[in-house]
Amino acid sequence: MNLAFRDIRYHRGRFILTSIGLGLLLGVVISMGGIYRGLFADALAVLQHTGADLWVVQQDTNGPFAESSRIPEDLKYRIRGVPGVAQASPLSFQTIQIERQGKQFRFFLIGYDLGGFGGPPGIIAGRQIRQKHYEMVAAKAMKLQLGEKIRLGQHDYTVVGITGKVVSSGGDPAAYVTLPDAQEIQFKKDNDAIRNNRARIGADLARDASLAPSQAALLAGKLSAASESTHTVNTVVARLAPGADLEAVQQRISRWNHLRPISNQQQRDILTKGMIEKARMQLGLFRVILLTISAVIIALIIYTSTLDKLRVIATLKLIGSQNRVIVGMILQQSLLMGVIAYGIGYLLILFTYEKFPRRIVLEGGDLRALFAIVMVICTVSSFVGIRKALKVEPAEALGG
Amino acid sequence: MYAVEVEKLTKIYGSGETAVTAIADATLQVKPGELVAILGPSGSGKTTLLTCIGLINEPTHGKVTIDGVAVADEGWLPGTDLKRMRRERLGFIFQAHNLIPFLSALENVMVALEINGVSGGEAKRRAGELLGALNLGHRLHNYPSSLSGGEAQRVAIARALANKPKVILADEPTAALDTENGKNVMALLKTLAVENHSAILVVTHDHRMVEGFDRIFQVHDGRIARETGRQEEAPPFP
Repeated sequence: MNLAFRDIRYHRGRFILTSIGLGLLLGVVISMGGIYRGLFADALAVLQHTGADLWVVQQDTNGPFAESSRIPEDLKYRIRGVPGVAQASPLSFQTIQIERQGKQFRFFLIGYDLGGFGGPPGIIAGRQIRQKHYEMVAAKAMKLQLGEKIRLGQHDYTVVGITGKVVSSGGDPAAYVTLPDAQEIQFKKDNDAIRNNRARIGADLARDASLAPSQAALLAGKLSAASESTHTVNTVVARLAPGADLEAVQQRISRWNHLRPISNQQQRDILTKGMIEKARMQLGLFRVILLTISAVIIALIIYTSTLDKLRVIATLKLIGSQNRVIVGMILQQSLLMGVIAYGIGYLLILFTYEKFPRRIVLEGGDLRALFAIVMVICTVSSFVGIRKALKVEPAEALGG
Repeated sequence: MYAVEVEKLTKIYGSGETAVTAIADATLQVKPGELVAILGPSGSGKTTLLTCIGLINEPTHGKVTIDGVAVADEGWLPGTDLKRMRRERLGFIFQAHNLIPFLSALENVMVALEINGVSGGEAKRRAGELLGALNLGHRLHNYPSSLSGGEAQRVAIARALANKPKVILADEPTAALDTENGKNVMALLKTLAVENHSAILVVTHDHRMVEGFDRIFQVHDGRIARETGRQEEAPPFP
């Protein structure tokens, strides 16, 4: 006869309520693990979808995801010429926040070369971008409709395709446009600003007595054109030819004194160790605190439950029960509470995780590890009750 | 052979100046099938005597033999498995019945059998038979909280009898019952003592409940002050 199960059956209301409370707590622990994995997945999403071996960025910067990096677009030609490089393609990245349907709408805009790589990874509705201008592919999470128009900068962009779960390292859903469109959105000044800039350059050069008026006008035109150029990108990504030596390619590009070639692994380290390390530690600390609280709660519940049963335990001892029967009863209750609470927590997150504002990734290994930890906590927590139970004297069953 | 033999049993709590002698030089023998009362006022030492016989309290001095097995001689004898002795040879009935609240009447009896190694199915069958014999066949699946005081005490008696012990020790078994139920329980114990050939020792302070006992040991200030036999009227406490 299983005494633990029968006690739970008799006190099922109390047991279920306790397990639900504990389950909610474990649900939060599970979700935090999922958020942590989600942070990883989000941080690496663009990296994985791009599929580059090398990220060439501005010297002394950590690349487009960590800080500002601006390099000329035409570097792609020079990089393509490096021995071992099979493909090179420029990319631009920009976080945009606009108002849509009365609400703030934030997303990550990626500009890519139509003939290159780093574009939308997989179209789940509609099509890829075919025209050089004013078309957009949006991530599913943006909840845009095919054919919907979004105004960015000075133009409207039509959603022609929907892609899967591509997000920025900050968790914002991604949208893709062609590189010229992205450059225009990011770098092109409005007409008033252009006029003011031209006038300022013209006036500055006109004041220079060493220049003839015709020279000043010519120079003003050249300088204005240069300052209005939008042919800037955040990175040029490269894929290496089979068998190419990554380090040799990196060393060669490093010799150009204004660029930094970052390998895919280095970029991954920058994203995971640099950008989400604090968030990881924070979540880890919360998990430890919550698990400690769970342990204290389980220990208290088991202890008070044991106190309620002291006379029962004394009676069992008096009628000759072995200690293992009593220890088993307490331990099984503690473990069962852990199993049920874990199940409740798991189901709670399983049915709600898609509704969380940030991505939650539930990994089997994490779930199994947490389950093992919960079982250890339940076992250790039951020791306080077991210790109390073993101290009970059979004589305590006597008397009124 | 006696079911219970106690010789010059003494139990002293504490030591030195704070030592309290709860029972001193108690000697008694109980035969199988005998119904014996240990009668005395509160604090007289009767429950201490019962716990020493029930292998719960270690005697300070003296000998205790249960069902022919010597268990104590100036303390527990080495190698004595007290739990096993309690499981196999002793049955206990308590003042407040001490049924396990989360087990049904049937399960309360089954648990004593299963602790003694009887398998689930057999334990269920035997527990059902026992409860049926005690007119509780219709209350098998009731929890103790839904049983009357008399019914609960009968379940406790069934539990005490489950392993067919040679000795049954009852601590104030009628204290929580009204007079009628108390007399019914005592009559039941008497019947069981004869039918099962078990020695039954009942601790009580209630003079009204000692009718029908084979012998009565009167305990006063830690000593067995008087022993009266069958049919003799239990005298008042000295």
